[in-house]
Amino acid sequence: MTALTRPAAPDAGAGLRPLPWQRMAGVIWRQHRFALTGVVVLLGVVAVLMWIAGTTIHQSYANALACGTSQSPTCQEKDLAFLGSYGFLSNGIILQTLPVLIGAFIGAPLLAREMETGTFRYAWTQGFGRWRWTLAKLVSLAVAVTVPAYLFSLVLDWYYQPYFATGNQGLGLIEYTQFFPGLFDLRGIAFAGWTLAAFATGALAGMLIRRVVPAIAATIAVYAGLAFAAGTFLREHYLTPLVTTSPSLPGSAWVLRQWWTKGGVTLGQSAVDQAFNSAWLKVNNPTQSGGGGGKYADYLRVVRYLGQHGYTQWTRYQPGSRFWPLQWIESGWLLALSVLLIAAAVWLVRRRAA
Amino acid sequence: MNIVEASGLGKRYGGTWALRDCTLEVPAGHVTALVGPNGAGKTTLLNLAVGLAAPSAGRVTVLGGRPAGSPPALDGIAFVAQDTPLYKNLSVADMIYVTRQLNRRFDQAFAAARLAELGIPQKRKTRKLSGGQQAQVALTLALARRPRLLVLDEPVAMLDPIARHDFMASVQAAAAADGLSVLLSSHVLTELERVTSYLVLLARGQVRLAGEVRELLAEHGAGSLEQLALTYLRENVTEVAR
Repeated sequence: MTALTRPAAPDAGAGLRPLPWQRMAGVIWRQHRFALTGVVVLLGVVAVLMWIAGTTIHQSYANALACGTSQSPTCQEKDLAFLGSYGFLSNGIILQTLPVLIGAFIGAPLLAREMETGTFRYAWTQGFGRWRWTLAKLVSLAVAVTVPAYLFSLVLDWYYQPYFATGNQGLGLIEYTQFFPGLFDLRGIAFAGWTLAAFATGALAGMLIRRVVPAIAATIAVYAGLAFAAGTFLREHYLTPLVTTSPSLPGSAWVLRQWWTKGGVTLGQSAVDQAFNSAWLKVNNPTQSGGGGGKYADYLRVVRYLGQHGYTQWTRYQPGSRFWPLQWIESGWLLALSVLLIAAAVWLVRRRAA
Repeated sequence: MNIVEASGLGKRYGGTWALRDCTLEVPAGHVTALVGPNGAGKTTLLNLAVGLAAPSAGRVTVLGGRPAGSPPALDGIAFVAQDTPLYKNLSVADMIYVTRQLNRRFDQAFAAARLAELGIPQKRKTRKLSGGQQAQVALTLALARRPRLLVLDEPVAMLDPIARHDFMASVQAAAAADGLSVLLSSHVLTELERVTSYLVLLARGQVRLAGEVRELLAEHGAGSLEQLALTYLRENVTEVAR
């Protein structure tokens, strides 16, 4: 063959500069366009559904708020209309599966499929170099799933707004706080943080297990354990909880534990129940119409009565103003964890013996 | 220049040595066949040479002293692994694009012309190609990188006789064209006869014989490569058994 069709390869032995990172952009897009489009479509569809449902909720909240504390039948009806949509609040837990779905189905196959099908033998012997290839893929795709997740959580923020609006506490409509385990990580920046952590977990699991389906299963298991541990044990300790003896905390506070003392001695549950029941009968005479103001007011009267009779109620809690500090702390450690997991995956690729 | 140089090279998986105390110099300008029975350590030696595996003992360099797996080594070597793995969800055109992006040199015109000549449509997904076509695509991608060393691991093991013949003819043509050196492993000798000019015989994780085919044949009084390999491996096995 002539030199025209087959030029001799120049010797480029020493002083080679690595290929520019941006070369990976097109590679990643061609290989992962369906997965990435899938993530955007999935989040987009759910966001539209949330927006449709949210419009109704915002409307009924505005109606209820316009009534103020009036007890007229029309207003009670409007309150009920808002409360009727309250099922969405607790059902929001379903949305918690989104980060782990993204992590398991985008993160886990990333390296596992290369190992399972043998294509790593192709990818890791190209001129780009294997650890740079891995780093470029993991970091780009981490960003590519975290950004849509963040945008999606803005829709969730808006959706849940009426429930956590301060006006609610006056209406007595609220039962969950924004710290509720199933809701805290849907809002703010925690949703994006959990999506990133799920992706990084999947990537490392894929490199360790080297098979797609077991890696997906492992990712889901690890994520579930981590999310449960964070919600149940860790989150309340991010900042030292406050303790108060005030009987009426703002509804936005996250109450961790309440207990009663009398004369410096902590009372058991049965003693508290007994004192409560007898006080209830004394303060809220069932034959009279009570002092008005509903069940919560009845409850507060009992608490005040017990306070006047030597009982003290203690409450350990996180104030509502700590929502954002706790969000930043949680997202911070999730980001640090994700960086570690991705670094571990890259390190494993670099040193792996085929 | 030696395209592969190994000294005291060994690779252990768990407690078993897949390759032991391998000292070897493969000169440039040859089609070198790495021959031996299954489990002889052929794939292990190739993986070490292309940097997919790290040695447990000794060292290996390629292309005149570049450490295996280092950026300058990867730059000058193209590797086609066993069963020619391609991304099954990508089209042939996408594979060309990806390979071009991942390498310093890529001769797009050459790749396009070669695929056209072979009648492989670029729009087709690689999973829809026959085994022979997949092997040809993998070879095309490797050659379009303009490597100085082409490494092929069991390139014909999965192919039918016609595809086998065509593939080896392609390799031979590429090797003859200019200074491309080829290192390939195989446990099938029939298709290698015409092509090979240098032989490395491996058995039980050790190099048993290495040298230019012509010299080896004369030295051992063998009529063909197959005969040489068979007699030598038999003798060697009995030797080891004793």
